[in-house]
Formats: sequence, structure tokens, C-alpha cells
Amino acid sequence: MIKQAIKKSWRVFRISIPITVGILLIINLLNVFLQDWYGKIFTGNALIDPLIGALAGSVSFGIPLTSYIIGGELLLQGVSLLAVAAFIMAWATVGVAMLPLEAMYLGKHFAFARNGINFIFSIIIAILTIYTLNIFNGI
Amino acid sequence: MEFNKIKNKPKQKFSGGMKFFLIVLIAYFIIALFNAEAAEIALINFLRMIWKIIPILMVVFLAMILINFYFTEKRIKKYFGQQSGIKGWIYAIISGILISGPPYVLYPFLGELKKHGMKNSLLAVFLYNRNVKIPFIPVMIYYFGLAFTLIISFYIIAFSILNGVLVEKLAGQTRNKG
Repeated sequence: MIKQAIKKSWRVFRISIPITVGILLIINLLNVFLQDWYGKIFTGNALIDPLIGALAGSVSFGIPLTSYIIGGELLLQGVSLLAVAAFIMAWATVGVAMLPLEAMYLGKHFAFARNGINFIFSIIIAILTIYTLNIFNGI
Repeated sequence: MEFNKIKNKPKQKFSGGMKFFLIVLIAYFIIALFNAEAAEIALINFLRMIWKIIPILMVVFLAMILINFYFTEKRIKKYFGQQSGIKGWIYAIISGILISGPPYVLYPFLGELKKHGMKNSLLAVFLYNRNVKIPFIPVMIYYFGLAFTLIISFYIIAFSILNGVLVEKLAGQTRNKG
């Protein structure tokens, strides 16, 4: 019984190794080119910046900690908290680079639906967070 | 002679995943020709990342064995299946917050749970709540403040439920393989 479980798990695991390694290689290469762009792509427009933030977060990848650090730097550069909130939300919830892997394990429809919804949610949650924060700050 | 050639047609050498990996390596090589520094930084970052995730991958592999051994289809269906009810949603939220590890190492594990009958909605809820990162909360507070951290965490948990409902509507139930 345990032998079967090991065999079954190894079969799944073995298939995933080259794909996982390949995707991690792509992500690290993309991050090298994207990191310098974060500060330059924001326009200062309150409507467009959250969208840009969500787009930038979607194509980026890494542990959430990295997005907080980049987000903190963006705030220092004068980017709005709304755009930064959309950026860190999309960073954590939307994974364009991870789509092939997610689709392979959880299904194409699932992966595309989830990432599409998460992209929209990242903007909505950013707006709601800032709106709620302003209400609390006003009290 | 021709007949024998056809009969002894060699097996495909590389799987789809291996072909993808080789294409990425070729892309790295081409980029290194034009921008060696970028390729080198990316490779160093990649090696650091892979070094960090090896122990996590081992844990994931053990977890997969445990799932295949212990979590029978019947049990998964009970906790996360169509009949799991409100408890299934609560389990998905709590386990999403508590289970750590990057998504790419969790996908094989989640794929196994799905094969055993976990609902798409609960998979989506689990994945969304992974964004409430308890170990990183102090860092978030440091950069964005306590109020921001509490509010965004609250919205992540609240929206995870809506996320699960919508994903299930768009992607269908687990029986539909996507």
C-alpha cells in the first residue's frame, strides 16, 4: 500500500521537475529585466496607476516579502498607496508565469478563471483597502 | 528494409516537460550571448531559489505520499468534496493561511487532492488565503502600517469566498477536468 503511494507520488513528481525548474529559470530572467522598470511605469494617474500596479504585479514573481520591499520603495518614489496595494495583491495572487504549471495540475479552465478573477480582485481589494483606510483615518 | 525501419521506430526521447526545459536552456544561452550579465544574475538568483526550495520540495513529496496513502477518495470528499458544506470552506480558509510554501511546489500536492475529489471552489479558496502570510505580517506592518495590514488581510479572507464561488462557476466542478 505504502509502496504504491510512493510510486504514484514519484510519477507525478518526476514529471513536474523539468517544468518547475524551467519556469523558475524564466521567472528569474524576467525579474532581472523588470526590476528597473517598476519605478518608471507609473504615471501618477489615480485611475491608471492601480491598473498598471496590478499588471506589473501579475507578470512579476517571487515571495510576497519581495513585493513589500519593492512596494515600500515605490511609495518612497511617490507612487500612490492605491497602486502599490494593487501591485502587492497581484504579485501574490496572479501568476502569469505560473499559468502552465497551474494548468497542468489543476486544469486549464481552473487556472485561467482563477487568475483572471484574481487580477480583477487585486484592483477591487486595493480600492476597498484604501477607501476603508481613509474612513478609519478620518475618524 | 523500409518495413524494418518503420517497425523499429525509436521511442520519443524527451517528454513535453523535458522539451520545455531544453527550450528554456537554449533561450538562456541566446540571452547570455547578448547580455551575459543579465543571464548570470538570473542564474545566480535561480540557484539561490532552488537551494531554498529543495527542503520544501522534499516535504511536499512526503506530503504527496501521505495524501496517496491516507487521504482516500472517500475522506477527501468528506472534508473538501461536494458534500463538505460550510466546514469545507472553513477548512480551506484555515489550511490556506497556515500551509506555507510557494505555489509551484504546492500544485502537485493540490493536483492530487483534486484527483481525489477536492472541489474547485475550495481549491481556489485555499490558494487565495495563502496570501495572508503570517510570517511576513511584521514586514507588511513595517512598510504599510498596522491598519493597512489588518484591512487588506480582512478583505483577502472575505474575497476568497467570492473567489471560490466564481472559480467554480467559471471552471466548473472537479469532475470537469478543465
